[in-house]
Amino acid sequence: MRARIRKLATIVDETHVEMGRAVSPPTRRAAAVAVIANPFAGRYEGDLEELMAIGEELGDLLGRRAVAALGIAPAQAESYGKAAIVGEGGELEHAAAILHPRLGKPLRAAVEKGAALVPSAKKMGGPGAPIDVPLGHKDAAYVRSHFDAMEVRLGDSPRAGEILVAVVVTDSGRPSPRIGGLAKDQVEGKDGLR
Amino acid sequence: MEINGIEIRKFATFVEEIFHEGGPVAARPLKVGAIAAVVRNPFAGRYVPEIAQLMEQLRPLGLEMSTRLAQALTGGDLSAIEGFGKGAIVGSAGELEHGALWHVPGGYAMRDLLGKAKAIVPSTKKVGPVGARLDVPVTHINASYVRGHFNAMEVGVSDAPRADEMVLVLVMATGARVHDRVGGLRASEVKGEDGLR
Repeated sequence: MRARIRKLATIVDETHVEMGRAVSPPTRRAAAVAVIANPFAGRYEGDLEELMAIGEELGDLLGRRAVAALGIAPAQAESYGKAAIVGEGGELEHAAAILHPRLGKPLRAAVEKGAALVPSAKKMGGPGAPIDVPLGHKDAAYVRSHFDAMEVRLGDSPRAGEILVAVVVTDSGRPSPRIGGLAKDQVEGKDGLR
Repeated sequence: MEINGIEIRKFATFVEEIFHEGGPVAARPLKVGAIAAVVRNPFAGRYVPEIAQLMEQLRPLGLEMSTRLAQALTGGDLSAIEGFGKGAIVGSAGELEHGALWHVPGGYAMRDLLGKAKAIVPSTKKVGPVGARLDVPVTHINASYVRGHFNAMEVGVSDAPRADEMVLVLVMATGARVHDRVGGLRASEVKGEDGLR
């Protein structure tokens, strides 16, 4: 592996009650997180190829770990998202290099299909910084019940020379969707939007 | 103040002007701005089955916030706005679904103001305490896959949301990340037909 991983974490949140009402089956979101050394910390580097390659590795590793944490078959995944926090020795573009060029393809393989854009967020931050990972339906971005986010944080990451990378996969939408819009059983799943 | 029956306790506007991030100084600094409205959550404290009517009621607020943000960011020059995003933080007496009510009024207000922007407006939402921060994703207004414009802005209001409030947020940006260099679709290559490319 090219990524120098200091730690991996998996967080599963499972909502059984929302506003006093039972949610059955519970909605579930899983975040798979890796904390890696930033090879470009402390200097400006023009060519970010190494981080792009790391992004490809992490899309596979974290995508599979998130699906495994939910204990589902890949095709049962319903929504996804990705995010990164760059420690202060790096720059925002390092997050972009990991997230955008190559992470998506192996992530889509891990959730079987994934016609829709993988929603993302990025920022600079220190140890304990939280990041809200945006979520959208994996095959149709306009499915309104699946617009959501999951807040992820690790108390000790990212240090100045590190990058925290998170992939979130769910097997469900929000716990109590009732604001209309496109529903998941209406998805065509061809153009990634509807 | 009140807009169309929505009770507003405060607005907060934030503008960042970014000259560089350790690399070459940008010829044109990137500006990223957010506006937050702290509003009373009419559904706080109990489960209300029918809530969707609030989406329509929030539309004038969405327009007001879009207009204020564009003014703060570019002096009202709409052609200079290239990226957008939205989000909501629901106070602890509310539920996540209340934040979802912001999708339609927040999104359409910006798309309309910016001349029928084609792309979906990316978003995040959560339930959070007073002072909670939200990472609001940002993408290109006409083509979601423009890689240089994938960004996000962390937004929060130190005294909100109280338990019975919501913080509704809109974000706009004037361009790509300041050291954009990871390839992909460029803003100059956008066809602008399907909202994606």
